[in-house]
Amino acid sequence: MPSITREEVAHLARLARIELSDAELDHLAPQLDQIITLVGQVSQVAADDIPPTSHALPLTNVMREDENVPCLTPEQALSGAPAAEAQRFRVPRILEED
Amino acid sequence: MSDLTRKTAVELSELMVSKQASSVEVTQAHLDRIGAVDGSVKAFLHVDTEGALAQAAAVDAKRAAGEKLGPLAGVPLALKDVLTQEGVPTTAGSKILEGWKPPYDSTVVKRLKAAGIVILGKTNMDEFAMGSSTENSAYGTTHNPWDLARIPGGSGGGSSAAISAYEAPLAIGTDTGGSIRQPGAFTGTVGVKPTYGGTSRYGLIALASSLDTPGPCARTTLDAALLHEVIAGWDPLDSTSINQDVPPVVAAARNGDVSGLRIGVVKELGGEGYQPGVEARFHEAVELLTKLGAEVVEVSCPHFQYALPAYYLILPSEASSNLAKFDAMRYGLRVGDDGTNSAEKVTSLSREAGFGDEVKRRIILGTHALSSGYYDAYYGQAQKVRTLIAQDFTKAYEQVDVLVSPATPTTAFAIGDRIDDPIAMYKNDLCTIPSNLAGNAAASFPCGLADEDGLPVGFHVMAPVMRDDLLYTVGAALESALAEQWGGVLMTKAPELEVTR
Amino acid sequence: MTADVVAIDDALAQYDPVMGLEVHVELNTKSKMFCGCPTEFGAPPNTQTCPVCLGLPGALPVVNRRGVESAIKIGLALNCEIAEWCRFARKNYFYPDMPKNFQTSQYDEPIAFNGWTEVVVDGETYRIEIERAHMEEDTGKSTHVGGATGRIQGASHSLVDYNRAGIPLIEIVTKTIEVPPAKAAAVARAFVSQLRDLLLALDVSDVRMDQGSLRCDANVSLKPSGATALGTRTETKNVNSFRSVERAITYEITRQAAVLNAGGKILQETRHWHEDTGITTSGREKSDADDYRYFPEPDLVPVAPSREWVEELRATLPEAPSLRRVRLQTDWGFTDLEMRDVINSGALESIVLTIDLGVAAAAAKKWWLGELARFANESGTDLDALPVGPAEVAEVQKLVDAGTLNDKLARQVFEGLLAGEGTPAEVIEKRGLALVSDDGPLLEAIDRAIAANPGVVEKVNSGKPAAAGALIGAVMKDMRGQADAAKVRELLNAKLGI
Repeated sequence: MPSITREEVAHLARLARIELSDAELDHLAPQLDQIITLVGQVSQVAADDIPPTSHALPLTNVMREDENVPCLTPEQALSGAPAAEAQRFRVPRILEED
Repeated sequence: MSDLTRKTAVELSELMVSKQASSVEVTQAHLDRIGAVDGSVKAFLHVDTEGALAQAAAVDAKRAAGEKLGPLAGVPLALKDVLTQEGVPTTAGSKILEGWKPPYDSTVVKRLKAAGIVILGKTNMDEFAMGSSTENSAYGTTHNPWDLARIPGGSGGGSSAAISAYEAPLAIGTDTGGSIRQPGAFTGTVGVKPTYGGTSRYGLIALASSLDTPGPCARTTLDAALLHEVIAGWDPLDSTSINQDVPPVVAAARNGDVSGLRIGVVKELGGEGYQPGVEARFHEAVELLTKLGAEVVEVSCPHFQYALPAYYLILPSEASSNLAKFDAMRYGLRVGDDGTNSAEKVTSLSREAGFGDEVKRRIILGTHALSSGYYDAYYGQAQKVRTLIAQDFTKAYEQVDVLVSPATPTTAFAIGDRIDDPIAMYKNDLCTIPSNLAGNAAASFPCGLADEDGLPVGFHVMAPVMRDDLLYTVGAALESALAEQWGGVLMTKAPELEVTR
Repeated sequence: MTADVVAIDDALAQYDPVMGLEVHVELNTKSKMFCGCPTEFGAPPNTQTCPVCLGLPGALPVVNRRGVESAIKIGLALNCEIAEWCRFARKNYFYPDMPKNFQTSQYDEPIAFNGWTEVVVDGETYRIEIERAHMEEDTGKSTHVGGATGRIQGASHSLVDYNRAGIPLIEIVTKTIEVPPAKAAAVARAFVSQLRDLLLALDVSDVRMDQGSLRCDANVSLKPSGATALGTRTETKNVNSFRSVERAITYEITRQAAVLNAGGKILQETRHWHEDTGITTSGREKSDADDYRYFPEPDLVPVAPSREWVEELRATLPEAPSLRRVRLQTDWGFTDLEMRDVINSGALESIVLTIDLGVAAAAAKKWWLGELARFANESGTDLDALPVGPAEVAEVQKLVDAGTLNDKLARQVFEGLLAGEGTPAEVIEKRGLALVSDDGPLLEAIDRAIAANPGVVEKVNSGKPAAAGALIGAVMKDMRGQADAAKVRELLNAKLGI
């Protein structure tokens, strides 16, 4: 039994907003199955009482003072925008057409 | 004057200080070299001729005015395309960012500019630093100057190839699982991954936030140390940056005394799967260090065997989230905005068109590892393994000052060899990954050519957090001892590239 | 089709409502939660952004110390425990107004948890348990173009302004609120209203509901009266005034009761409250929104507030609301009933501020309860949203104290202020409302009154000074009310020699 099915890969691709073609799914699903088998080896390690590490170093309480620093100009902010209108980022309709 | 591109950064600096050469001359010489050989090496994605010459002229003017300048002022450098430089195209090797010009400088770039270092251009890399060969770049593969049919390593293959091809004396790389050290090993150059948090990630297009580390690439240990000193140090814009003095890396690189240094050879990083020529050069280097007065012992790090699987859970998890920002709304590629498609559809079409296979694989893997029902078994468990690997290091450093291993199991492989075998590709990073997971300092130094293929072998040194100086101590000792044998640094053995103007 | 709703009394006769509230508070920090951009409301679009809050590749967040401090203060004021160590987490989902496509928030390690507070409704005290208060960031703001009335439905495209993206938010989540069914909606309203007062007293937020700096989501479910098993809940969003907290919850109770009575099932869904029509509608189905793939934010290090810091902040807290109410009642000399009216009106803080400006307690109460709260209630707005605040009330009362206005004229000034006719001075000017204080016109009016009422003058002269009251009335009428009655009496008495 594969560690991940083609349908699961398709679901994950939707969740990650990647419009995979059928051909890509055919190609990627078995590769991911192999990779997941590889990474699944972590489960062989007995680590129930081991604390997880989320950060490489144990730093805490890094904060800045509540002060303003110069912003980008609106021109700079919008300089990379695929589309802009009225000094705002123009994006496609958010809801699907009914 | 002899060829300026063959000089080290230190030599170039001396020439400029003594007014025997200007920064404009030095910069132009390197731009000419790029023009001559980059058609076959393909190290650069973008060459900023005008910008570089303007920076060089500015340094020359300051020098003429008697201003005090840093030791690397006027020296040219190649910048990995994953770091932002204001107004200069930055793609991270991805189609999705084609043409994007960041409106701000990364901290590394700010510090390079402040030091008077001249940025020649942006170097090729695997897309979003995902890969070990530069074959995952959306803009074509970089070729290894030692053998153009081979890959230069990755992800920072462009940076290492550029210095190996004498297109620049210095380069900046970033190392998430070996992306500075493995290309360094494959191109016969020095590549250093500083302590995580020792160099700022601000302006580094994130792959895996808890692993990414910018660092220096150079042809000599001292050049690397000088560059390290320029870019390192606390940055208030990076919360994970360490607020401490930079370790004395330059002094260590000048000193290079390993007598009494305790060196641990990691038992788990060798044997099956390692190329005999790699192991032979590695063990010779260890013997050499012993002769120089180091105390060498074997050390066991039992959890290193799980570093690769843990890494390929942690990295894709973080990456899947870091790369979500590429949604075609604010910058970058937008596909399918025909007036009827929704934002969600346009995002999905743009990411489909803009990301390559490896990026898609890792995003999907990371999305899976974080999703409800799988988190504990994958991401959560990988974080526990990460703790165990860090504990292996801590225990080892109770016995020894540094750990060593080959930098890579093999030498540079042929272009196309592993491109559709992700797992074979991942295994390139077996030796380098543990240091990223633990956050400590590590580097690769050239230690000879493998007998089988005549290609460079890297000697890997790992040092405790904020003991980056120890890397340079070992590197400098090895470099001078080997130079005595070879009559120069390893790079002098590299074949001449055909000039194809 | 069955009725959309049933009467609230019928609903409560059959079902017990169970509620939970989630309140988002925008902090009043100078800079955003993770970058140094300003947080000013109403700035031109995309003028308060930087690589961090625009989510540009490479940018990194750094925590605003005052944001953490405010979160701790809110936690302490709600009697929460403050975490000794907690992390930020990424909440991953795609939305165009969210620059990074994850929200930097907190997940299973909130900075404050396990608290409580008490609210008073109709003289009864109810305890509300607080589940948690955690730190997060706001999103940008979208304008929808090409559809009807600027709604997202039917729009051809949207325009996004990221000025608001990254403004610090504290999300306060209550545990399940179970109170006598008939009180449920009123208790919810009282909680939000009191929370507003608390946040103002802490000086951590402007708490302008009209500007979205306090936003409320209400979870409501019904269970058959007396049952223990919980029903399916809905989450109503966009409840952005105190009044609508009560209305939206009442609406959901009546809607759910109608669905259940008709044998239907409540869908677990997000619903949107519509202030104008007073109903909730089903939100968009979010197929993948359930899987937010939270994980610890690797770009930020853990926050571990020292106990010294927490105690320092505790020492700065204003007194607890219940103790404060008792103190204020004593200071002001109000009866229990008067105090209850003040609290129920929602004008407590406004009255405090008005008194601080030098107005007598009774006068402050008179205007806020008699005029302003009544007007707000009748016009269906929140007191906060009125164009009259403590400063205006104090200004008007000062004119009353100085004899420039009397109560009747003052009422007309408030009328003008509420109609948006300008400042008190402008209203008085435009409406010609000032009392006539010049003796000349008053003496002329007195002469006219005496001439017109010889009988009254005779009575006064024959030793019945009280009869002069009729003359005062005549003068006031002549002056169309714009005279100070005391002044008129004084002049009249002099004239009549009494």
